[in-house]
Amino acid sequence: MSTAATVRPASSDQPMIEMRKVNKWYGEFHVLRDINFTVRQGQKVVVCGPSGSGKSTMIRCINRLEEHQAGEIIVEGIELTNDIKNVEMIRREVGMVFQQFNLFPHLTVLENLTLAPIWVRKVPKKEAEETATYFLQRVHIPEQAHKYPGQLSGGQQQRVAIARSLCMKPKIMLFDEPTSALDPEMIKEVLDVMVELANEGMTMVCVTHEMGFARTVADTMVFMDKGEIVETAPPKDFFANPRTDRAKLFLSQILGH
Amino acid sequence: MAQNPTAGLGAGAIAEARPPGGLARNPITRWLRANLFNTWLNSAVTLIVLYFAIKGLWSFMDWAFLSAHFEVDDTRVCREAKEGACWALITEKHRFILFGTYPYEEQWRALIVIFLFIALYVVSAMRRFWNRRLALIWAVGLFAIGVLMWGGVLGLRYVENERWGGLPLTLMLATFGIALAFPLGIALALGRRSNMPAIQALCVVYIELIRGVPLISLLFMASVMFPLFLPEGMTIDKLLRAQVAIIMFAAAYLAEVIRGGLQAIPKGQFEAADSLGLSYIHKTGKIILPQALKLVIPPLVNSFIGLFKDTSLVLIIGLFDLLNSAKASIIEPKWVGFGVEAYVFVSIIYFAFCFAMSKYSQELEATLARGHKR
Repeated sequence: MSTAATVRPASSDQPMIEMRKVNKWYGEFHVLRDINFTVRQGQKVVVCGPSGSGKSTMIRCINRLEEHQAGEIIVEGIELTNDIKNVEMIRREVGMVFQQFNLFPHLTVLENLTLAPIWVRKVPKKEAEETATYFLQRVHIPEQAHKYPGQLSGGQQQRVAIARSLCMKPKIMLFDEPTSALDPEMIKEVLDVMVELANEGMTMVCVTHEMGFARTVADTMVFMDKGEIVETAPPKDFFANPRTDRAKLFLSQILGH
Repeated sequence: MAQNPTAGLGAGAIAEARPPGGLARNPITRWLRANLFNTWLNSAVTLIVLYFAIKGLWSFMDWAFLSAHFEVDDTRVCREAKEGACWALITEKHRFILFGTYPYEEQWRALIVIFLFIALYVVSAMRRFWNRRLALIWAVGLFAIGVLMWGGVLGLRYVENERWGGLPLTLMLATFGIALAFPLGIALALGRRSNMPAIQALCVVYIELIRGVPLISLLFMASVMFPLFLPEGMTIDKLLRAQVAIIMFAAAYLAEVIRGGLQAIPKGQFEAADSLGLSYIHKTGKIILPQALKLVIPPLVNSFIGLFKDTSLVLIIGLFDLLNSAKASIIEPKWVGFGVEAYVFVSIIYFAFCFAMSKYSQELEATLARGHKR
């Protein structure tokens, strides 16, 4: 594959996301060290690791909420550079769900869902609203369309956030600890939606501590520690026989109780 | 200091056992007893304050109404009476105060202009006009105002703008001041947070420079220094120069108020907008600004009210706005010494506009808060 060309022709076996020798520093602090990482169409990757290991930073590099300083990241055949046009093009295809939901509090649920399709995809308002209603049904809260985010529970807000991303018809979904800010009784309703999404073949990269979810859904586990990818393995192998001591320690800490 | 004066009377325990306000049935009596007469000290303070309040109010009523003269043939009557306001000044001079040096027989035009401005404010305050129609209404309104003030068409006599004055002038300076300083302030606030160093530096320099000098000196510069830089024979009229100075000054202040709002928006909002692929314009216009501006409504309206009153500083470059007209109305020897009446009169007018702004902002805050609580 040529490295000079920015835009590469898409083909079916070409990876959706490709990170090559990606490095990032916050000042002196080396957050990401030589990250090599590939996600193919339909793949479901769960990224785990102790806090501060660079998991969130890594997936935030995929839609350039964070900039990497060395190496290359290619999403959908487009290389991420400072070119804002490329970045916006990639962001349109890559949905993201945040730990803190980040819904727009001054807009109703329906407006939250239709804003980007109308202004970014230039979809007519009526069509955008139909799509929004469809995805609200998919996340099981069609009755909340005209409420404001502040009137919903955390679990409902997170499901709206997922629906908001889906309304852009993304090819890849990134989840950055989607259940970490939720009360325990609301975690399941969000995970259920994510499982349904996975079963439909969505390409997903998910940073999470929900190991039950990882076991059911993931086809690849990525374990990170201190800014490095330490292990990449199918979940069955990863949970049964972690190869490194760091992964063993991590698993014993989160599964130990 | 005794925390509980009743304790000193040896009746503290009994007094505290009773419900506040005692057993009075009438809610007003109960409230009075609970809040104003609950202790001897409070009762004494209440009575003393009441005495001065009534006395003060009575003196004012006496001055403003009972002993006041509303119409006199000769101001000596007022002078000899000593007590009481001489509202005859307002009776005789109200047209001069309200319209300044605008030609007397054409002042009906200026009056219509005042009502047009007020109508425009009222329409703008109504949420159901918050769409493209509002821009059209303003365009038509301002055009009508221009035609009425200048004249020279439709058989109206031409009035050069050196002769404009009074309330229409004040409203004009304030309206254009707010309407143009506001968007400029938004642009400066956004510019100050820009990633582009050149734009950021430019905005910082502008804001700090303008904020660092008094409005009076800006007005002086606009009126005295600025013409020196213009090529020979070219003039920009004084009113326009003053207006530009006011806009530039207000924009610097508004920019900082708006920046405060921008800084209060959580990083997640920017990231969510970015992750959806929204462009800078849409992110700012649809997500960030609506939230930021809502947060700063109170200080924003504070600045607007300040600007409204600051327009009166144009008197130092010889424009006859409302305050300066009032000042000029008592220059005539006959009326010298009746400044209080003139100033009370214009104060009421200023107060009416500022209070309306303040009330409206409170209402707007309440309506906007109703929809979406965080």
